[in-house]
Amino acid sequence: MNPGTGMPGHEDPRTDPATRTVLGAADVARALTRIAHEVVERAKGVDDVVLLGIPTRGVTLAARLAERLAAIDPAFDPVQGLGELDVTMYRDDLRRQPTRAVGVTRLPGAGIEGKTVVLVDDVLFSGRTIRAALDAIGDLGRPRAVRLACLVDRGHRELPIRPDFVGKNLPTAVSERVRVLLSEVDGTEDAVVISAGGGER
Amino acid sequence: MKHLLSTADLSKDDALLLLDTAAQMAATQSRAIKKLPTLRGRTVVNLFFEDSTRTRISFEAAAKRLSADVINFSAKGSSVSKGESLKDTALTLHAMGADAVVVRHWASGAPYQLAHAGWLDAAVLNAGDGTHQHPTQALLDAFTIRRHLVGRRGGGDPDGVGADLAGLRVAIVGDVLHSRVARSNVALLRTLGAEVTLVSPPTLVPVGVETWPCRTSYDLDATLADWQPDAVMMLRVQRERMSGGTGGAFFPSPLEYTRYYGLDARRLALLPDHAIVMHPGPMNRGLEISAEAADSDRAVIVEQVANGVAVRMAALYLLLAGDPSAEGNDL
Repeated sequence: MNPGTGMPGHEDPRTDPATRTVLGAADVARALTRIAHEVVERAKGVDDVVLLGIPTRGVTLAARLAERLAAIDPAFDPVQGLGELDVTMYRDDLRRQPTRAVGVTRLPGAGIEGKTVVLVDDVLFSGRTIRAALDAIGDLGRPRAVRLACLVDRGHRELPIRPDFVGKNLPTAVSERVRVLLSEVDGTEDAVVISAGGGER
Repeated sequence: MKHLLSTADLSKDDALLLLDTAAQMAATQSRAIKKLPTLRGRTVVNLFFEDSTRTRISFEAAAKRLSADVINFSAKGSSVSKGESLKDTALTLHAMGADAVVVRHWASGAPYQLAHAGWLDAAVLNAGDGTHQHPTQALLDAFTIRRHLVGRRGGGDPDGVGADLAGLRVAIVGDVLHSRVARSNVALLRTLGAEVTLVSPPTLVPVGVETWPCRTSYDLDATLADWQPDAVMMLRVQRERMSGGTGGAFFPSPLEYTRYYGLDARRLALLPDHAIVMHPGPMNRGLEISAEAADSDRAVIVEQVANGVAVRMAALYLLLAGDPSAEGNDL
């Protein structure tokens, strides 16, 4: 999860002239559909696949992926196979930031034991959130495999972590800010926007 | 908020953040692996100048579940029994690098002194001071009330996350005079929007109670039957604070106290069907609460203990996890 992503109710950042839209709503939809197909292909079906979204926007993206998986193969149950994973208490930067509110963790109905878990996040950046997520999963059970899907990979990894499914590889400067806007969370049309300055780490 | 000293200092937003965080902590306690790495490398000192079992082990469990190191320090058999002052004890803890100090003291205001005298830079959590405050007990009571009376009845979130206690009626019965639990609960329940009635014999009503944000009554039967509280919180008769044996100068005999202010099966039947029975423990069975009431299916007394760990985890998390100097830190 991108630590600086905006809160719901903020004004549309696309009206800011310093902001560039990289992906539009149609691009986001196509990327998710492709990722869904890749997930099915990689797992050779949907048996034992569960999706875990990382709050805030990873949860929304995971829900959308679950719909697409169910459309591809009706054997996928979007209720049993979808969960959310809050990683706040596993972060390594808690002492460098103001106190964070702890979010909800809801495991998929089918559990994660022996499953193929697909972690879903919006922006992959340093990789530290994913490191925290892997630790959290380790405390919750022992999946057969853990894969990583993200809508945007913006580079600048600080840990040896690599996504399995990527919507868009986006070369960025460290100081730039990448945000994913989703209609369910932000109340605006879906988009991926990039703005200069104010590197948020 | 750097310290947790009194529920009177908590704004409604602070209180709800504590309760909502506690709900997430409680969810982690039903897992096979209950330990979280959040406070790894931090040190929590339990500084107990007064006997306590459940509060101390509850704080100890909470700190350990968050991976903090716990040092237990009780006044009995320590340097305090040799005459060490609170200041020197605090300086010792400071030198040992305590990040948080959980303090229970027989003197009202001791935690405040510890937090503000400049002896320590650790976060101070009040675990009960004299007849003043016991904020984590009030928070766990509010958490339990919310879970039962808002969460499970409302049909929304099962833990009532985000909700306050508006409109609920809570009767707090018994030895209000000596009770820091009552004082903490009156302030917190009021902040969360609940109505409180204190029921107690005239001798056990504190001076100045008319300025508290609650009603008072001397008649338990009338309060239960006419006011129909949603929750009844029985207080322990604190015999150790009364001179001259059970009741001392405060009531003529234990039997008379039980007849007028004890919760038994007959009084339980006066309550609405959804009402819950609470007790902060340890109970004097047969004095303020009968075995039938304590063991009835409306009693949530054991659940209060479980919720205590979650609430204390939330308090430790919110006081210790973030960088207190970071911008925008409002708690």
